[in-house]
Amino acid sequence: MSLLSTENVIKKYANHLALDKVSISVNEGQIFGLLGPNGAGKTSLIRIINQITAPDEGFVYFDNVPLKPQHVSQIGYLPEERGLYKKMKIGEQAIYLAQLKGMQKKIAQVKLKEWFIKFEIQDWWDKKVEELSKGMQQKIQFIVTIVHEPRLLIFDEPFSGFDPINANLLKTEILALKEKGSTIIFSTHNMASVEELCDDIALISNGKTILNGSLSDIKNQFKPNIFEIIFSKPFNKMEFAMNSFFELLSIEELRNESLSVKVKLKDPMATNELLSAGIKAGNIISFNEFIPSMNEIFINIVQKEKLKITEN
Amino acid sequence: MDKILFILLREYLTRVKKKSFIIMSFVGPILMAALFIVPVWLATMEDDEKFSVAVLDESQQFYKSLTNTETYTFTFLPEGKISELKKTYFESGYNAVLNIPKDIENPNQKLTLYSDQQIKLSVQSYITQSIEKEIERLRMNEKGIDVKMLDSIEADLNINTIVWTAEGDENESSTELSMAIGFVFALIIYMFIFMYGAQVMRGVMEEKTGRIVEIIISSVKPFQLMMGKILGIALVALTQFLLWIVLTLAIVMTANVLIISNSQSSPSSEMFQNTTPANPDVEKMLENSDSNAANFMKIVYNLPFGMILFSFIFFFIGGYLLYASLFAAIGGAVDNETDVQQFMLPITIPLILSIVLAQTIIQNPHGSVAFWFSIFPFTSPVIMIIRVGFGVPWWEMALSMFLLIITFIGTTWVAAKIYRTGILLYGKKVTYKELWKWLRY
Repeated sequence: MSLLSTENVIKKYANHLALDKVSISVNEGQIFGLLGPNGAGKTSLIRIINQITAPDEGFVYFDNVPLKPQHVSQIGYLPEERGLYKKMKIGEQAIYLAQLKGMQKKIAQVKLKEWFIKFEIQDWWDKKVEELSKGMQQKIQFIVTIVHEPRLLIFDEPFSGFDPINANLLKTEILALKEKGSTIIFSTHNMASVEELCDDIALISNGKTILNGSLSDIKNQFKPNIFEIIFSKPFNKMEFAMNSFFELLSIEELRNESLSVKVKLKDPMATNELLSAGIKAGNIISFNEFIPSMNEIFINIVQKEKLKITEN
Repeated sequence: MDKILFILLREYLTRVKKKSFIIMSFVGPILMAALFIVPVWLATMEDDEKFSVAVLDESQQFYKSLTNTETYTFTFLPEGKISELKKTYFESGYNAVLNIPKDIENPNQKLTLYSDQQIKLSVQSYITQSIEKEIERLRMNEKGIDVKMLDSIEADLNINTIVWTAEGDENESSTELSMAIGFVFALIIYMFIFMYGAQVMRGVMEEKTGRIVEIIISSVKPFQLMMGKILGIALVALTQFLLWIVLTLAIVMTANVLIISNSQSSPSSEMFQNTTPANPDVEKMLENSDSNAANFMKIVYNLPFGMILFSFIFFFIGGYLLYASLFAAIGGAVDNETDVQQFMLPITIPLILSIVLAQTIIQNPHGSVAFWFSIFPFTSPVIMIIRVGFGVPWWEMALSMFLLIITFIGTTWVAAKIYRTGILLYGKKVTYKELWKWLRY
């Protein structure tokens, strides 16, 4: 079930095409990673989903109906460029922002107090924003984004400005929100957190979707079928290399009398053949497949895209 | 719609709770009241100081015409020389020494007043007028003119201006009063548009540079945010205005009771009238309040107050909305204070022009300059309110109001377009060409 989807969304600015027929589908209850290099069009797409701007062409559906103004109360948005009124008291400000999302004042007050206690910042309620550190402000912004319990949450670089402890707290909260059934769109350049959190991803480059699918499918799609086997000596290289299922890439001497042997399988399913060849050649200590990190995939694809563009 | 209300309330409440607002609400009326009170108060205070003059009248003719008053004492010195008096001056206790030369009637001769300080104009004019009068009296006697007869011949005219209305009523009017009311109201409109327009701009810039704006417009439309801010600040302006009126009236009334009534019952007010004929305005004012009080009240009553008040509120709000939306657009377009100037200038020119023209308009409130500038919507809020006191044909008023409404809808539309694009662009230097593009998005 998709909670939010876009269909061939096009957005033009005066001298460039920010989004070129972008279609994504965000499944209910999942964390969706929206990735892409700077200037790819992520923010343009997020602004369209938030109805800050309108698409020139194409459609956006929320809960299977075309996106409407009243949907804003069901969406929570933490923009990358974020701030608060410096001279306003934190409690007042949080209530004001919750009211703009359609919450009743009294309910907002109760919910906000709960969150303030949970984040151990209840003493700040009557302080002004300018008295707080940047990290503290980020906490408040996070609370303000989620307090109206929206069905769809959009986080644009949520971890920027957080120290590792608070970043971890935030990660736990995001996962807890997912547990409770929230759907989350997560835009970031931090690929490690994408691997930790995301179920599905889409990669946008130059306004086009160039990758779209579940994280595990994409990783499988991009794995190079390279395996590393570590043998203890002695190792019979001649016998090991004598077969047609794989090619030998490298042999490396390791400390404590062992060797690291890298091979590339010609048929991705031929792992058993590789193992049996290994057993004959020596004593296997470990057997691993190289899985590319999202970071590697990202860099790989974006660079290929760039090449394509320069060729054209 | 209720979201505009939340925004409006926030804008209003955070501003009226500010210290600067509270201070301005009290300082403003004190300054305005001071404008009315201080000149009168100073005038009454000044003459309370005793001033004694030694008179050396070489002609022996005029010392009698210098009569002593509450504050001035004249001591006649039967004989002596200025050079001797100069030596004893500092021990004598006189504030000044007056020398009347022998042949003072000769036009080339002058009176001389010696003193250790700069002598006040009121003292000088009292002395010269007293002696002039005596010389005139002497000359008339010489030529055989009867002084009493002359008094009966002298004419003293006042002009009464009456406005005929189409309904056949006759209203007594006062040009001075219309001028004063028009000018004060025009000044207030001018000041408030500038002050609160700039507040709108700064508020928008605060949201943009503080990066709050993207959070808010994910909940409300940019137009709602802009209108909520403009209307909220309009309410702040009206609140401040009302406070000023109420407090100024309170201060002036209290001061009236304390100072003016006081000075009128004391002999010094008589002094005031006698010694400062050089200031006809004050005299007229006092005359008005004394002898013509009833007449004056009638004139005040006859002013088209309903019309003045209605058009004041209309042009105040209309002018504010027109300019505030433009100020909001500037705030949305620029990124920092230094870029503001280039966009401020074209907007403030008509506003400044209208206050510069105010003088001309008051001189000739029905001329073609007055007409055209009171129709042109960028100057009409200030110019029309000047004209209202003098009576404006209804069709001119209607045309001016209609154009103002049309124009502020237009500027709001333009401003909203610039605003909604500008607020999301960070760190970009904006040019007029760029703004033109945003209008067509």
